[in-house]
Amino acid sequence: MSAHSAASPAGSAERLPAALASGAIARLAEGTLAMAQAEMRKLRHDHLDIVTRSVQPLLWLFIFGTALAHDHVLTIGSLDYHAYLAPGVMAQAAMFIAIFFGLAVIWERDVGQLQRLLATPLSRTAIVLGKAAGACVRALVQALLLLVVIAVAGIGVSWSVDGVLGTLVLLMLGTAAFACMSMLIAAVVKERERFMGIGQLVMMPLFFASSALYPLSAMPGWLHAVARVNPLTYEVQGLRQMLVGVGGAGELWLDFLVVIGFLLVMLAAATRAYPKAIL
Amino acid sequence: MSSSHGPAALLVDDLVVRFGELEAVGGVSFAVAPGEVFGLLGPNGAGKTTTIRVLTTLLPPTSGRALVAGHDVRAESLQVRARIGYIPQAISVDGALTAWENLDFYGRVSGVARRERRERIDEAIETMGLAPMLDRLARTLSGGMLRRLEIATALLNRPSVLFLDEPTVGLDPSARRLVWERLQALRAQAGTTILVTTHLMEEAERHCDRVGVIDRGRLVEQGEPGELLERHGTGSLEEVFTTVTGHALGPDGGPGEDPDPNEGRLADVRAQRRVARRLG
Repeated sequence: MSAHSAASPAGSAERLPAALASGAIARLAEGTLAMAQAEMRKLRHDHLDIVTRSVQPLLWLFIFGTALAHDHVLTIGSLDYHAYLAPGVMAQAAMFIAIFFGLAVIWERDVGQLQRLLATPLSRTAIVLGKAAGACVRALVQALLLLVVIAVAGIGVSWSVDGVLGTLVLLMLGTAAFACMSMLIAAVVKERERFMGIGQLVMMPLFFASSALYPLSAMPGWLHAVARVNPLTYEVQGLRQMLVGVGGAGELWLDFLVVIGFLLVMLAAATRAYPKAIL
Repeated sequence: MSSSHGPAALLVDDLVVRFGELEAVGGVSFAVAPGEVFGLLGPNGAGKTTTIRVLTTLLPPTSGRALVAGHDVRAESLQVRARIGYIPQAISVDGALTAWENLDFYGRVSGVARRERRERIDEAIETMGLAPMLDRLARTLSGGMLRRLEIATALLNRPSVLFLDEPTVGLDPSARRLVWERLQALRAQAGTTILVTTHLMEEAERHCDRVGVIDRGRLVEQGEPGELLERHGTGSLEEVFTTVTGHALGPDGGPGEDPDPNEGRLADVRAQRRVARRLG
């Protein structure tokens, strides 16, 4: 049913108005970029927002991290626990942004905007992808901020251009996927009041049943099994591999593959469900 | 008697929309000529918003046909969307962006080519009288300015048909008058066809070329406002409404349950109040 809106009319180019002169892919890219840019502009108008949001991950890193690093409560080989934790906290912070972005978007701010966008030549995929790109912009700015703090604090990260770029790419893929997931949840839940509760309900298990805070080997069998199917685990493992050189059991390509696969599934599902939810 | 000569800008033929058992729109037919201002009147829950959603391709009709600017809303939805502007009841501009940034955003997403964008934006600014407020964050604008900004963002693709769902809800009389002045100027300059929904009969009487009275999903009367007053021997459209529907246009849209699940739901009422609060 949603296919009718994304149909591109081939062969009637001379009758197309200017709005349709560019192809479907070009329109998808333009729409996605426009939404990402809008988010960038919003951040420029209100930079305090990103700073206040960055406090929480720093608390995890420097309070939780310091507490557990003290007296080697949790030892990961010879690695400083702060360094172990840093990629996990980055992934978690990005996921929080993604999930709350999706939830907040629908009923609070953008009900009218989404209705408008549905009545433009943009495809539904572009609308969902554009929203996800908006979340990515925020997550990216936050990630850069966290990297600066990590560097200044002298946490033992192995800095390399490849590693940092790869980290940011994987983080964006993961953020887009979780943003799509949150749009899917929002589409299913519908009631604004339940959003926060459901958001927490989804986020916390994803966070704790992953390798963000502790290695999979420290988990009992059942939790290990859950963490193994948790996409956040793979995102964190990939980040950790690229930032501190310690991965999980799998290979880096597998981490990317899982996150990309998760993104595609969530994008497809959100494209189906999300735009309808606001009608 | 009706002014639908020439190819219609809007043609709605026996339109039916059902949500499960509920029939939100039950066989509505009307035509709107190019350049006409057509008002769809009725209480909340009458089926106005559902009709607009079908015409803007947001909702597929259960049966019947609707052509917008000569294109079928179902089979040629993309063609339709390239030719329309739509301003929903809920606020559609982003309060955290400036007025100009909102214009730029909508220019991009509605497919206006980069080289034409600036000119189109300037044109819309001029038409809606937005020049003094371009650098202000949209959330700091007054309700009337906000509505004019929204209308401006919907003009960038030079739509042949403009849809406005309750454009003056929550506005004070002078802001309301200014919005209408600008819409009339737009129609005069660009020949844009305008379809508005409203439950304010007095407003429709003054500003619409023709109106359709919709009640419980059915179009019970249509024509020029003056003509309707004459036909029913009454002094106001409000009385026409009472005569043709058999009930008054109460604050909650008359007796009976809401047949249109798109309107009048709790979430919807809440959204509407929120809009009104922000505009007010």
